[in-house]
Amino acid sequence: MSIAIRNISKHFGAFHALDDVSIDIPSGELVALLGPSGCGKTTLLRIIAGLESADAGRILLEGDDASDRHVRDRNVGFVFQHYALFRHMTVFENVAFGLRVKPRKFRPSENEIRKRVTRLLDLVQLGWLADRYPSQLSGGQRQRIALARALAVEPKVLLLDEPFGALDAKVRKELRRWLRQLHDEIHVTSVFVTHDQEEALEVSDRIVVMNKGGVEQIGSPDQVYDHPATPFVASFLGSVNLFHGRVEDGHLHVGEHALAVGAGQLATEKAVGFVRPHEFDVLPANAPGSGLPGKILRVIAIGPLAQVELLRPDGELLEVAILRDTLSVLGLREGDEVSLRPRNIRVFQNDNERLAA
Amino acid sequence: MAIRKRFSPLPGFGLSLGYTIFYLSVIVLIPLSAVGAKTIGMGWEAFWAAASNPRVVASYELSFGASLLAAAINVVFGLIFAWVLVRYRFPGKGLVDALVDLPFALPTAVAGIALATIYAENGPIGSLLKPHGIEVAYNPNGVLLALVFIGLPFVVRTVQPVLADLEKEVEEAAAGLGASRWQTFVKVILPHVTPALLTGFAMAFARAVGEYGSVIFIAGNVPMVSEITPLMIITKLEQYDYAGATAVASVMLIFSFILLLVINALQGWMQNRYSKGA
Repeated sequence: MSIAIRNISKHFGAFHALDDVSIDIPSGELVALLGPSGCGKTTLLRIIAGLESADAGRILLEGDDASDRHVRDRNVGFVFQHYALFRHMTVFENVAFGLRVKPRKFRPSENEIRKRVTRLLDLVQLGWLADRYPSQLSGGQRQRIALARALAVEPKVLLLDEPFGALDAKVRKELRRWLRQLHDEIHVTSVFVTHDQEEALEVSDRIVVMNKGGVEQIGSPDQVYDHPATPFVASFLGSVNLFHGRVEDGHLHVGEHALAVGAGQLATEKAVGFVRPHEFDVLPANAPGSGLPGKILRVIAIGPLAQVELLRPDGELLEVAILRDTLSVLGLREGDEVSLRPRNIRVFQNDNERLAA
Repeated sequence: MAIRKRFSPLPGFGLSLGYTIFYLSVIVLIPLSAVGAKTIGMGWEAFWAAASNPRVVASYELSFGASLLAAAINVVFGLIFAWVLVRYRFPGKGLVDALVDLPFALPTAVAGIALATIYAENGPIGSLLKPHGIEVAYNPNGVLLALVFIGLPFVVRTVQPVLADLEKEVEEAAAGLGASRWQTFVKVILPHVTPALLTGFAMAFARAVGEYGSVIFIAGNVPMVSEITPLMIITKLEQYDYAGATAVASVMLIFSFILLLVINALQGWMQNRYSKGA
C-alpha cells in the first residue's frame, strides 16, 4: 500500500517538530527516515500510524485520506524501539494478540490462530520460544517477536521506530540484514526511522534525509551518498572533509591553494567544498601538479583501508582513507609531508546555518 | 584441603539478619505468642465458650465481611484513583495526591467522629440520604464506610507506581493491533496491575480487620448487628476477662493470617508466571 504524506505540520508548544513535510512512498518499498535526534522523524512516523495527530496536512494510505482514522482502523503494524511486548503473555500470546482482539465475526478460529502464529514465529525463526515470556528473551529476540506480532494482523504498512536502537552493535548488524531479507520475502510497504546513516544506507530502498522538521533530500542510498543535495546531507551521511574558500574559474581557492571543481561551478565568494575521506589521491610532496599539502599526524591501519589523519596548512585536521597497499608502496609514515588531490569535490554556497554540527 | 571461609560481596548479612530476627521477635512474635499462651492456658471449653458466643460470632461475620467488601470496593476505586493520578495532568493534582494519604495520617477517632457527624440522620450528607431510605450511620453500612475510608490509600499507593511503570507504548501497541479501549484495559493493563491490586487488597483488608477507632463512632455498636470484633475484645478487657479477650483475638489472628497467606500465595503465583528469569 502506498503512503502519501501531504503538507504535514506539527508543533509541540513553541517547538516546530514538522514543517510542511510532503513525501511519497510507493507500494512495497522499504524507506528509511534518517536524521539527527529532534529532526521530527519519529513524530512523522507516529503521525503516519495515527498515534499522533498532525496540526495540518493529510496522510493518504493507498490514495484514501486516513488523517482522521484511529490507529486501530489504519491497518498499520508498528514496531517500537523498546519492543513494548506484553510482559504477562507468552511469546505465542503476544503474537496472537492482534488476532484475538478482532471482532467476533472476523476473528479466526483457535486452530487458524495457532497455525498463523506458528507460521509467523517460523518466519522470524523463533518458533522454539513460543512458550517463553518476554523477560526471558534477549533484546534481538524481543524485537523479532515484536515484528511478528505487528505482522500477525497482516498490516498494509509496517512502521518501525528505531527498531535496532536498543541493541548492541553485533546483533544490530545481523538484525538489519535479516530485516532486509524479510522485506524481500513479504514486500510490505515499510518505513523505518533511524539516526544511524550506515543502517539507512545498508537496509533501505530509499532514504528520506530529515533535518529540523523538514526534508533535505529523498533518494536511493547511492544518490544521497554520492550526490547530496544539500550541505547537511553531505555532512550527515558519512564522514567528510570541509574546505572553505571562493570559487573562481572552475577552481575552489582555499588559502593559496586551488582545487579543480569543474568549469560548471558558478563563481562565488563564499563556498564550501566537501570531500569524503576515500576521495583523495595521496602523492609524495614533490609530485608535479597542484595539490593540497598536508602533514601526516597519525595512521590507523586496521583492515584493508588505512585511516590517515593529516594536518592542513591552515591548521585544520583532514581525514583520508587509502588502501593499505598504497600506503606501503608510498612508504608513508607519521610526520611525512604529502600532496593531496581530491578526485571528487562537491561545492555548495556557504550557508553556515544549513551545515550539520 | 582446608575449607575456605566464603565471603559474600554483600556486606552485613549476619548483622542485618540477626537484627531482623531480634526485631521481629520483640515487636511481633513475642506479643503474639503471649496471646497464644494466654489462650492455651484457659483450656478448650472456656476458649470455645468465649470464641463461639453468638454475639462474638456475629461480630466475626461483620468484621470479616465488611473488611473484605471494603477492600474490594477500594480495589475498584483505588485503581481509578491511581489511574487518574498517573495518567492525567490537571490543576490541583498535587493536592489530590497528598489528600489520598490523609486517612493514613488522621487519628482514627477523628475520622470516626467526622464520618459519624456527616452521615448521621441530621448531618449534611446523612440528611440528604435519609429521604431515599438510605441510612449510613449507626448500622453495618457505617462500618463499611469507615473501613473504605481507612483502606483507600493502601490500594492507591501500591497500584500507582506499578501503573506508572507501564509504558504508554504498550497501550499504543495494543491499539495498533486493533484492540478497543476496553480490550486494552482488560487484556493489557489489568493483568499488569493485578499483583499490585492484590497487595493493596491484602493490606487494606488487614488494616480493616484490626481497625477500631474510626469504626466504633459510626457503627452504633448494636449487639448482634453492628459490633465489630475488636470492640468485642475491648469490651471483654473492660470486664477484666483477659482470657476471653485473647480467645477472640486468637480466632481473629488465625483467620487473618490464613487469608493473608492465601492472597500472598496467589500473588506469588501470578508474579512467577511471567517474570521467570527476569
